[in-house]
Amino acid sequence: MTAPTRRRPPPAAVVAVAAVAAAFLAVPVVGLVAKTSWSTLWSDLSNPVAVDALRLSLICSLWATALSLAFGVPLAWVLARIDFPGRNLVRAMTILPMVLPPVVGGVALLLAFGRDGFLGRPLYDWFGIQFTFSTAGAVLAETFVAMPFLIITVEAALRSMDGRYEEAAANLGARRWTTFRRVTLPMIGPSLVAGAALTWARALGEFGATITFAGDIPGRTQTVPLAVYLALQDNEPVAIALSLALLAVCIVVLVSLRGRWVGAITP
Amino acid sequence: MSLDAEVCVTIGSFVERLHLEVEDGEVVAVLGPNGSGKSTLLRALAGLRPLSAGRIRLDGVVLDDPGAGVLVPPESRSCAMLFQDYLLFPHLTAVANVAFGLRSRGASKADAHRLALEWLERMDLADKAQSKPGELSGGQAQRVALARALATDPRLLLLDEPMAALDAGVRGSMRHRLRGHLGGYAGSCVLVTHDPLDAAAIADRLVILEAGSVVQQGSFEEVTAHPRTQYVAELMGLNLLRGRASGTSLVLDDGTTLVTASPANGETLAVIAPRDIALYRVSPSGSPRNTWSARVAEVHLMGDRARVVLDGPIRATAEITAVALVELGLSDGSPVWASVKATQIDVYAADSRGTTPIP
Repeated sequence: MTAPTRRRPPPAAVVAVAAVAAAFLAVPVVGLVAKTSWSTLWSDLSNPVAVDALRLSLICSLWATALSLAFGVPLAWVLARIDFPGRNLVRAMTILPMVLPPVVGGVALLLAFGRDGFLGRPLYDWFGIQFTFSTAGAVLAETFVAMPFLIITVEAALRSMDGRYEEAAANLGARRWTTFRRVTLPMIGPSLVAGAALTWARALGEFGATITFAGDIPGRTQTVPLAVYLALQDNEPVAIALSLALLAVCIVVLVSLRGRWVGAITP
Repeated sequence: MSLDAEVCVTIGSFVERLHLEVEDGEVVAVLGPNGSGKSTLLRALAGLRPLSAGRIRLDGVVLDDPGAGVLVPPESRSCAMLFQDYLLFPHLTAVANVAFGLRSRGASKADAHRLALEWLERMDLADKAQSKPGELSGGQAQRVALARALATDPRLLLLDEPMAALDAGVRGSMRHRLRGHLGGYAGSCVLVTHDPLDAAAIADRLVILEAGSVVQQGSFEEVTAHPRTQYVAELMGLNLLRGRASGTSLVLDDGTTLVTASPANGETLAVIAPRDIALYRVSPSGSPRNTWSARVAEVHLMGDRARVVLDGPIRATAEITAVALVELGLSDGSPVWASVKATQIDVYAADSRGTTPIP
């Protein structure tokens, strides 16, 4: 027979407030699930508007994730491994889009990459590249808001990794690229996957910057969040069905990462 | 001559300046307290920390020479390091760890794998080839790391505290094994340690490093017989005294005079083995020429022996049997008489014999 474990009762007031907070966060999601008309879910998702939005969202978010990996990993490496003046400033600038209201991000993108933007105008005049009202613009907007998630996750992983493993690799004759590919990358692998998943989830949910910068054109820039917003006015079941799809994706990402991303972000 | 290193590294206010030469097939142990610059020396030799001044040459090829603007990166040096905690790549199997260096230096995948397996067999680890580092014991990990270092056939092998990460119980046998593996190694080897047992078991020559400078070097026997600093004397468990000799009388720095058997002149060091100091409750009368009154500062019991640290005119440690300790009734603060025979004081000149002039 085991002795009963004796514990001090938790403070009732704190528990009560905590319960309110938990309910506040959970109830809307439960409401969304409750309002879903399961019988018409499939037909709602097969609606041409929904199909277009889902297809576009998938393409744009995967592109945004790929671009974030291609450019964010080298930036994270530079921030973690190279000591240069102004490093903290660069880090602050790269993380800024995480806290910046997405709409402001969209305005900033418009001023830079719009048809009259200081980068957008030469790009259009010389190469005919136009971001506004194009899928490329939606990708750009999603990359802008999502890449910081990849950068901070990967940088934290690089910092918490023992840099002497890289020295050991160099000592064994490995050049920098070999060291990165065969030692650094595998050792930060879990964090890289977590960062990419977070980035993808953020890109998938991006609304403000996309609608401000790329516009809301079905089939070209109307991703799922934009379609949800529009459908809410005239076709609520479609809006709920699409919301449910996004919710499902988020839950899958969260469950597959479990506690990992929290651990990855705090070094 | 294989390695010829004129090392000068400045880190903040710490300055390390020394000259180190290591022949082919020679194992040199660099012994020193924490913070003496042992690891910095290895990192400089491996190219992980560039020199501030000086020059490192391996087989006549300049690896680092700030004056001439030469710095060969670590991956291009024929120099392998056994890191203190081995740093086996945790995501690779033992055989892949050993093959890593071979692959990086251009061997084909198949050749690297075959050679790596041969090295593991040589280390009696063939059955652990597919194990990840996390599944290996400390001793096994050390052998995998040694195989990984030796597999690239380096001209210079650096061992950074190879025994530090091992349990005390297996160190003896691992030292023996390491000596065996190094026996067949043709290049130069520098072993860094703070344990004189490592140096005694593995090295051909000893270099004592303190505060970034070489204070003494020579064979293990030379260094232990005639320590030149308190650190070396304590390491070897000896009492080191410093004074001026004239004939058979040695005046210590604090004014106490000792009588010695062999005459000397000028600045002199004297070594007394702790077991040669006898302790008495009352002032003894007898043949010992040196007798002084002291006070017990500390007592350390080691099996059937006790080391008694004495305060007084001469700070020294005496070693007596535990039985004698009880019979004398000694404890911290007890007054006691100490004596040592003149013939048991080993005196030698305090010149820089055996030390390298600092460049």
